[in-house]
Amino acid sequence: MYDPRVQVIDERLAEVRDILIVSSAKGGVGKSLTASTLALLFARQGLKVGLLDLDFTSPATHVILGIKEAHPVEERGIIPPKVHEIKYMSLVYYTGDHMAPFRGADFSNCLMEILAVTKWGELDLLVIDMPPGIGDATLDVIRFMKKARFLVIATPSILALSAVLKLIELLQTTRAPIVGVIENMKTGKSKTVEEQMRRHGVTFLGSIYYDNEIEKSIGDVHKLIKTRFAKSLKRIISRKLFRCEDRGKPMFPPNSTAEHFHHSCHH
Amino acid sequence: MHEWALAEAVVSAVSRIADNEGFKEVVEVKLKIGELQQVEAEIIEFALAQLRTEKMANTKFTISTEKAQFKCRNCGNTWLFQHKEFADEVSEAIHFIPEVAHTYVRCPRCGSPDFDILGGRGIYIESVVGVGKDV
Repeated sequence: MYDPRVQVIDERLAEVRDILIVSSAKGGVGKSLTASTLALLFARQGLKVGLLDLDFTSPATHVILGIKEAHPVEERGIIPPKVHEIKYMSLVYYTGDHMAPFRGADFSNCLMEILAVTKWGELDLLVIDMPPGIGDATLDVIRFMKKARFLVIATPSILALSAVLKLIELLQTTRAPIVGVIENMKTGKSKTVEEQMRRHGVTFLGSIYYDNEIEKSIGDVHKLIKTRFAKSLKRIISRKLFRCEDRGKPMFPPNSTAEHFHHSCHH
Repeated sequence: MHEWALAEAVVSAVSRIADNEGFKEVVEVKLKIGELQQVEAEIIEFALAQLRTEKMANTKFTISTEKAQFKCRNCGNTWLFQHKEFADEVSEAIHFIPEVAHTYVRCPRCGSPDFDILGGRGIYIESVVGVGKDV
């Protein structure tokens, strides 16, 4: 028995230039907020952006972006609707925002199904919001999405850092490219996260200070884009993620090594 | 119709298998469609006829269906899924993403949503028969 879905995934992502996986091994560090805000920021820069929520059991990006009425169109596959200029795909279209209690095999099947039937078309960037952990979702993304590059979210919490280092170990072991690490929810002046990343040879992209107003912007993209959080994120991506131009479009460095960066500029 | 997307996946996978096996021509492809997903065999057949490659010009596609069977992890009960017990929107959601059965279906004996889908999901290639190995 051969599952034909595996074969078609690359074709479905053929016109997607970059895939950015927003991940962290720890929950509650701001992955969904970062993924949603990044998608918004890039869309506002004029890029063709998609956002896929892979946190099947606890999806949040639709809540953050205030997406209620949108639904995909069926046309020889599933075409995600454009919301706030972002092609948006989430399991909530099919669960009606009810629970999806999945075990590992269910997760993998669901991911494969979505990747096999979703027609993204041409995208400059597909942002993927990940569930916490380094289990099924991370392993499947590494297995199925060869273009994936990881943006890792940490916080100054020792607990979060401890988990993040395990994610980095996995990514480095599997040679999955890491764009860099953002430290979110910073409160003091500790440089622990930055130092740890340097020690592990991972690019430290910058810090975002704890924004106690962020909760008020959930569900309202106009408010969200004006938050301190969004402004800090924008500074980080303009400084660190738009490093070279390719046909007038920004390019992400595939990872922190100069060799790979050079390659992507001339690709 | 997302049957087209599935048919594209089948054609793509059969092409790869034919290339790997060195087939000049694909004679027969046996497909199994899970009942859970309620994929329309006629649409798949039509889509395959449109999408088939040169090597598949004369391929006979045989499609069989497999009953959707669940087994409760909580109490061990096994049961068959019946679409008619669910609203159209639910059937449609399961049609696209079979795993959302966990959102809507409960074990008839103990009410748990923790069950395995033993069979009847998705679309699988059971066998590919080809001739004329390239030398």
